[in-house]
Amino acid sequence: MSRPKTEAEYLARLVPPSVAALSRRSVLRGGLGFGASAALLAACGGGTSSSASGGGGSSSAGGTVTFGSNASDAAPKEVFAKLMADATQKTGVQTKINTVNHENFQENINNYLQGGPDDLFTWFAGYRMRFFAGQNLVGDISDVWKNVQGYADAFKTASTGDDGKQYLIPGSYYPWAVFYRKSVWAKHGYEVPKTMDDLKTLAAQMQKDGLVPIAFADKQGWPAMGTFDILNLRINGYQYHVDLMAHKKPWTDPGVTKVFDTWRGLLPLHQPDPLGRQWEDAAQTLRTGKAGMMLMGLFITEQFKADEIADVDFFTFPAIDPSIGADALDAPIDGWMMSASPKNEAGAKKLLTYLGSAESQSFRAANDPTTLVANSKADVSKYTALQKKSAELVGASKNIAQFLDRDADPGFASTVMIPAIQSFLQKPNDVNGLVNSIESQAKTIYTT
Amino acid sequence: MAGTSQPPPLVAPGPATQADGAGSGHGGVSRNRRVKRLTGVDRIVVVLMVAVPLLMVTVFVWLPAIATVALSFTSWNGIGDFSRIKWIGFKNYHDVVTIYPAFWPAVRHNIIWLFVLFLVATPAGIFLAVLIDKGLRGSRVYQSAIYMPVVLSLALIAFIWQLQFSADFGVLNTVLQGLHLTDHPIDFFGDPTYNLWAALAATCWRHIGYIMLLYLAGLKGVDPSLREAAQVDGASEVQTFFRIVFPVMRPINVIVFVITVIESLRAFDLVWVINKGRNGLELLSALVTSNVVGEASRIGFGSALATIMLVISLVFIVVYLITVFREEER
Repeated sequence: MSRPKTEAEYLARLVPPSVAALSRRSVLRGGLGFGASAALLAACGGGTSSSASGGGGSSSAGGTVTFGSNASDAAPKEVFAKLMADATQKTGVQTKINTVNHENFQENINNYLQGGPDDLFTWFAGYRMRFFAGQNLVGDISDVWKNVQGYADAFKTASTGDDGKQYLIPGSYYPWAVFYRKSVWAKHGYEVPKTMDDLKTLAAQMQKDGLVPIAFADKQGWPAMGTFDILNLRINGYQYHVDLMAHKKPWTDPGVTKVFDTWRGLLPLHQPDPLGRQWEDAAQTLRTGKAGMMLMGLFITEQFKADEIADVDFFTFPAIDPSIGADALDAPIDGWMMSASPKNEAGAKKLLTYLGSAESQSFRAANDPTTLVANSKADVSKYTALQKKSAELVGASKNIAQFLDRDADPGFASTVMIPAIQSFLQKPNDVNGLVNSIESQAKTIYTT
Repeated sequence: MAGTSQPPPLVAPGPATQADGAGSGHGGVSRNRRVKRLTGVDRIVVVLMVAVPLLMVTVFVWLPAIATVALSFTSWNGIGDFSRIKWIGFKNYHDVVTIYPAFWPAVRHNIIWLFVLFLVATPAGIFLAVLIDKGLRGSRVYQSAIYMPVVLSLALIAFIWQLQFSADFGVLNTVLQGLHLTDHPIDFFGDPTYNLWAALAATCWRHIGYIMLLYLAGLKGVDPSLREAAQVDGASEVQTFFRIVFPVMRPINVIVFVITVIESLRAFDLVWVINKGRNGLELLSALVTSNVVGEASRIGFGSALATIMLVISLVFIVVYLITVFREEER
């Protein structure tokens, strides 16, 4: 054990591990997110770091690393705490977790990164990551990438900034798909639709059976982006999505109009009045069997009771254009980044190396039933059936998009696309006026 | 005052005299007494009393306001030092009024907000104040009940009204459907044909209590002999109020007017809680926030919106100040 560097560390050593673990848990349960004092995390793993696989960086790295976390909901927060406890045990690096409500975390990210950010923080792949890398607000971790193995190329690409350096260690991801309850479908004898026509026929049958075909909500603004994305990927393909999000294609392009037109045709099959409903409430209509299906991320399972999850199944959105097919989907990647000038760079990199290792990700796979782990070498034998199927779906996909608000400029996504999609849901008939308005605003945002 | 033979003692004569004695010399003492009184501790106190508020107003009000106006002519994402700010002239303003679809609805909603508060909530508050001032039985209970919403934050009020307006579990929809006035539940907070009015109902609920209390305090200060005189002259209750009491309450009326304007311009928290000021609930303040705060960080664009809001507020503030100064001149 090295000598304690601060008073807090010294005091932490006076606490027996059993008591430390207890107080950590009670702090977490009490919802006191700020400064869930990681100094109280088991402090005795210092000498065992050599056993950690892929433990890169200098072996003397240790001390405390501060970690800003947006995992504020109960389930993800518990997973995060477990991950950090495991990492501390294996690497000897103490962590001090600062949990912030995830919406606030995202809204304040600019100020957070320019103020005194934590050494490490949770963030997302895609434009949202490249933007901050381009502004020099996050740290280059290319050397950490040399020490981690098992990531598919797609994950490395998604972690790479415009300058070719890596800025993110992928932790988990989740596909977007159409979810349903097996028991409800078995009762009515529904079958998974293979084409758009099948989907429409199925939805019409659901309406006859007194169900809402597609549970739908857009009060928060982002859930309907998932529908836009999947229609765009099915109608225009992956490359078109990438170009559109980067504004290399104008929003007045006929492809976009076709997406909105197709969507308008599907709207009568969606749950009405989506703008006053949160996605959680829409998920509840699916859970209680009032709705037949719902397009959502895998995290929808958080809305189900533990014994109901086995009854949940999904299918990928069917092909619309046979020449485009159905081999692309949204599967956003969440991960960890390092701030531009961390106080404990050696410790932070050591921790990141471990978090990216197959060992840490295997640990997560056994402890987190709502997401998939990013490292392909991880042991996923403890996955639930739903997780296994999700992993197969993503593995079989040729292209993986992040999500509209992660692939596009964040200002554009929040101040233009959210109101635009909401006004489309309200007045679906004026598509021309809508795309013209989006385009004229996109021009001012993407050029400045 | 200097001619008074025996000036009243200072608040703290002991230290003041000592300070004088310990002063630089007798020069100060030989001048007239007024100056002598302001030397030493007093002078420091006066300077502090002027300087501290001045500094605070400058730092917390004027500098941010001027910076906002300056930033409104720029393009900046809020990251990095000032050298990355680009000057783009009036482009932000041009974009706001031409291509930003939320702007004109927001202006319209702010105006509707002002008119509803002004024509519905404020008169209702005044009316309730007059009723309670009549000393009805249990007027204290009414008074507390009506004032109650003012104590609650608007965020909490939004939640309370959500329970009334919700399409899935709201009281209002249950009643409407029970009376067969509607087949489908109405989505009061989600449907843009209703949600502004639903939000206004919640705002009025609170605003009425606020105005009532202000006005009640004013009514208590009206000289009762004025009313008696009016009654002796044979004026009815209504005449007494409009011809005598209302004109006498002029200072309170001005305050009520200004408060109504301010409340309608700064309306923000309620719509932000309901749906972040989108989809039928656009208000200028919410647009400023959604552009400046968050990952969006369109600092220049948001500042242009804030400046427009500032100009609108200034119109009312100037009217108010002119009225106040005229009052003082009389």
